[in-house]
Amino acid sequence: MKSLILITATRYLLPLLLMFSLFLLLRGHNEPGGGFVGGLAAAAAFALFAIASGVERARDLLGVHPRVLLGAGLLIAISAGVMAIPVGLPFMTGLWSAIELPAIGKLGTPLLFDVGVYLIVLGMVVTIVFELAED
Amino acid sequence: MKLLVLAPILAPLITAALCLLAWQRMWLQRAISLLGGVVFTCSSVALLGYVYSYGIVVMQPGNWPAPFGITLVADLFSAVMAAVGSIVGLAVLIFSLTGVDQQRQQGGFHPLLHTLLLGVSGSFLTGDLFNLYVWFEVMLISSFVLVSLGGEKAQLEGAIKYVTLNLLSSALFLAAVGVLYSTVGTLNLADLAVRLGDADPSGAPSVAGRILLIAFGIKAAVFPLFFWLPASYHTPPAAISAVLAGLLTKVGVYAMTRVFSLLFPLEGDSTQTLLLWTAGLTMATGVLGAAAQNDIRRVLSFHIISQIGYMIMGLAMYTPLALAGMVFYLVHHIVVKTNLFLVAGIVQRLRGTCDLDRLGGLYRDKAWLAFLFLIPAFSLAGLPPLSGFWAKFILARAGLEAERYLIVAVALAVSLLTLFSMTKVWAEAFWKVPPAQDTPATEIEGSEGLRWMVVPSAALASLTVAIGFAAEPLFELASATANQLLDPKQYIDAVLGGA
Repeated sequence: MKSLILITATRYLLPLLLMFSLFLLLRGHNEPGGGFVGGLAAAAAFALFAIASGVERARDLLGVHPRVLLGAGLLIAISAGVMAIPVGLPFMTGLWSAIELPAIGKLGTPLLFDVGVYLIVLGMVVTIVFELAED
Repeated sequence: MKLLVLAPILAPLITAALCLLAWQRMWLQRAISLLGGVVFTCSSVALLGYVYSYGIVVMQPGNWPAPFGITLVADLFSAVMAAVGSIVGLAVLIFSLTGVDQQRQQGGFHPLLHTLLLGVSGSFLTGDLFNLYVWFEVMLISSFVLVSLGGEKAQLEGAIKYVTLNLLSSALFLAAVGVLYSTVGTLNLADLAVRLGDADPSGAPSVAGRILLIAFGIKAAVFPLFFWLPASYHTPPAAISAVLAGLLTKVGVYAMTRVFSLLFPLEGDSTQTLLLWTAGLTMATGVLGAAAQNDIRRVLSFHIISQIGYMIMGLAMYTPLALAGMVFYLVHHIVVKTNLFLVAGIVQRLRGTCDLDRLGGLYRDKAWLAFLFLIPAFSLAGLPPLSGFWAKFILARAGLEAERYLIVAVALAVSLLTLFSMTKVWAEAFWKVPPAQDTPATEIEGSEGLRWMVVPSAALASLTVAIGFAAEPLFELASATANQLLDPKQYIDAVLGGA
């Protein structure tokens, strides 16, 4: 039961949703948002695509296995915490660079941690959605 | 050196993440898992050594000072538990390389096992009540998947009972955390201890204490909250049963001890009487339940309950000697119980069953296996000179000194029944002539890889013997731990003072 309307609409919605999820991720440092909700929005985009065009094509679109996202996300989040140790600060202390980017603000380890969370949430939700849709 | 507190948490976390990335390449995943296990064990043992020589280690992740951030604390009790937990974790890991079937290993056994170990060491090392709840959840979720991994019918049935009661326990725990936070306004254990010391002892906090008692009681499987344990522990493969049996209920005992020494000290409290009764009834029901069972792993599951009773007895008496006995008992029990489940796994591998009616003649065919069973079994029953004898001896002596004769009598009677139950397993599985109708009682899956199942079991058995013959150093460690538990000021000063 493929719906032409849904497929066409998804073609426009998918990039918008993904961009919105990145916006949420980057905004999350100082204002409501963050890796968790950003990851959920991205997962919603892939779920929508899976509903419109099938899980098979959604997996192709994702490119990597969701498990890899989980593992990579965990490692990125851990590395964000560990970075403080060589500097002599306790684990998980936020480090900030002096570079200030226009829309994002100061770069620092909390952003890296959020990226890790983003990938974990995306990987987790997509795993669940794909598994359930395939059953 | 404060990094040492973090290492037992980071090592399994990184290992689990790497195992996820190496999912497709089984040999790589196993290599990572094994390496991670070795690093984990070394760091936990090093942490114990450090804490024993230099005192309590505290770390404030994120550089937030004590009552505001989440603190990681390793006092002697945490460090002892983390070290023993990591040793049996490594033993189970080595056992599982050939002891768990390929399908389960490819289905995520290794990342799950490391996540479970992460939850266990996190629970031991955290200094924050809510964070303890989070670690409990990490442990619960990974153990739930481990119990149901493979998806056999019996496993799913066991898993449902397991997860339902444990979720109930988590909900109670969370409710108690909520009550404490709303009345006292902090969740840092050290800060809580200070503020509860000033609070009215009959108010809401004491209600929270009772709720915590029930929540941890379910986790530790004490009377009358133990039903989930014998319903689920015998269903998954032996390696998984072994790690659950060795560690999970003991985390409940750990949490109970921490709460009732630091937050609500037991002295002369009505909780003390309640705990003493619970201890006695837990011991007795556990051992009587075991007597009625006819499957090695079910017998062992019921014995876990009975042994938990001894630990609660040590906690309930709350004297220096009794607490030392409890710590000694915990160490002894984790090693011995894990090992018994590993031996049951070897029996299962050789004969394809753990049913006592269908087993027999193992002594004639595999005398070494009989010997391997005998050491932890006799230690469990408390025969000298094995580790269990000293553990029970210290507790009994503490009971006599505290003039609690009834509980000592129960403990000794239960000990005798344990011996009976172990002799039954011995006689049925190893001694009697194998039943004739089951002539294909030969080796089921062949014995390839059996060596790597025997090595960890033999290592744990020698640890039991070593503790038995050299009980003095462990007893000294246990006494030092007990003294630290009885003097919460050390813990509080380390966390709040040194921030």
